[in-house]
Amino acid sequence: MQLDSLYQEIILDHYKHPHGRGLRDAADPAARVGEAHHVNPTCGDEITVRVATDGSVFTDISYDGMGCSISQASASILHELLRGRAASDAAVVHEAFVELMSGRGQVTPDEDVLGDGVAFAGVARFPARVKCALLSWMAFKDAAARAGVGVSPEVKA
Amino acid sequence: MTSMAIPAGMPQYDDVPRFDVAKVRADFPILDREVNGHPLVYLDSANTSHKPRQVLDVLAEHYAMHNANVSRSVHTLGTEATEAYEGARAKIAAFINAPSVDEVVFTKNSTEAINLVAYAFSNASLRPDGDPRFRLGPGDEIVISEMEHHSNIVPWQLLAERTGATLRWFPVTDQGRLDESGLDDLVTERTKIVSLVHMSNILGTVNATSRITARVREVGALLLLDCSQSVPHLPMDVVDYDADFIVFTGHKMCGPTGIGVLWGRGELLAAMPPVMGGGSMIETVTMAGSTFAAPPARFEAGTPPIAEAVALGAAVDYLTAIGMPAIQWHEKELTAYALDALATVPGLRIFGPTVPVGRGGTISFALGDVHPHDVGQVLDSLGVQVRVGHHCARPVCTRFGVPATTRASFYLYNTTAEIDALVAGLEQVRKVFE
Repeated sequence: MQLDSLYQEIILDHYKHPHGRGLRDAADPAARVGEAHHVNPTCGDEITVRVATDGSVFTDISYDGMGCSISQASASILHELLRGRAASDAAVVHEAFVELMSGRGQVTPDEDVLGDGVAFAGVARFPARVKCALLSWMAFKDAAARAGVGVSPEVKA
Repeated sequence: MTSMAIPAGMPQYDDVPRFDVAKVRADFPILDREVNGHPLVYLDSANTSHKPRQVLDVLAEHYAMHNANVSRSVHTLGTEATEAYEGARAKIAAFINAPSVDEVVFTKNSTEAINLVAYAFSNASLRPDGDPRFRLGPGDEIVISEMEHHSNIVPWQLLAERTGATLRWFPVTDQGRLDESGLDDLVTERTKIVSLVHMSNILGTVNATSRITARVREVGALLLLDCSQSVPHLPMDVVDYDADFIVFTGHKMCGPTGIGVLWGRGELLAAMPPVMGGGSMIETVTMAGSTFAAPPARFEAGTPPIAEAVALGAAVDYLTAIGMPAIQWHEKELTAYALDALATVPGLRIFGPTVPVGRGGTISFALGDVHPHDVGQVLDSLGVQVRVGHHCARPVCTRFGVPATTRASFYLYNTTAEIDALVAGLEQVRKVFE
């Protein structure tokens, strides 16, 4: 298997220079906030994702964690893609990312929907790493639900 | 270059037991395969070892020619299967110098063997006639260590929960050695059992057990040694070690998965109540109650993993023919070579002893800030198979302040060229991530 398809330049860039890292309090004290902490028991990777929402838009998505390049870059890209998005849009992106990661490399990603997330197409061909890529996305889904906003119809992971 | 002669009267270089590694490698079919376009470099034998053709052949031969259930058939096949199964037990007893064949109980693996002892404790604690050595309650203590595999932590945590006993542990030093400084305060008259890893699956440390054994005897407790990582790699003599129980697993010693061993002192096994109930473990059964067979049958309810046990017997034959002292020495040389080679990699930090003394051929390390998953992935792309993660020994990772480590582990079939491939692979990792 080609290592380049796993460690795309975009992924390494997000890993080395993560966007929006660090847990933040909501700017608006009236915002609904939800937080979720997920771990990958096989490797000990951890992530905490916090969302702030006014009920329809994710006004902020902040996170902190430790883990491999794939799990940490994925959190950075999640922040980039979903912060400031309406819950309904976020649900579409979330579903597309989960579909891409569950596709064993057979799914062609739509760059208009997934942005830098398309770089994870190669990760889907490494079954041992799919969980790493999905860690922050699953935590995000839980955090959003705790803030009272559903983002994904059905997630199989 | 100057050369030094080893003084007369000392063991000479050629006195060391050796074997032909190339010849051994030819016995392992899997070592011929490629991984991701590179020759396989398998450095994960602490996880599971490979199996030589001699073992695979016995496994296939058993099913092809001698397949029948054991201990219940009068027919020829049943007799052959029973002889093969009990013959394997005898081989394993000899391999660890057990005083009696009946002290070898077949289990699924080390985990099941430890759980078996833990449940014998809780079952004895529930019975008014339970042997006092196995009765546990509030005020009693179980002692483990911070360097245990989860399989030697969780069963005792659960036992402590069931009985109200207290779980205590030996700490680990910064060098990755067992900290025995508090031995006399840790192991006391309240201690009922000390369950200790013989060789750490993550640090590679081989624990010196004699002081602990002496203290265990002094306070009248029992001693279990988790030998999952030691029995495959060094000569084991249960009489010499003076343990009460040892456990180990077949798949780490050239045998199949699904077969492990609990060795226990005969009189202790005889005093233990049954754990699993079912066929083969009984003496007589009525609707009102049952009486139980003597060990080892008492602890082997149901149809056992027959072919696996027979193949483990073949694995023991294989290892014995090469010689455990020679295997131990080979791994010592590999470990010394690897410790030196890894020391040349910039930013590499070893967890555990950094000298090849009182340690085996299992080396955990961190490479700068690169996450072990990423280290393992790049190495895999070069055909080098290492384990990454917490190695089911999370307290050790916590002790050294890391979420995970990368681990290379060696066995009789590994070579210094494979360690060179590891070191070259680590250079590649640094190129990708630094």
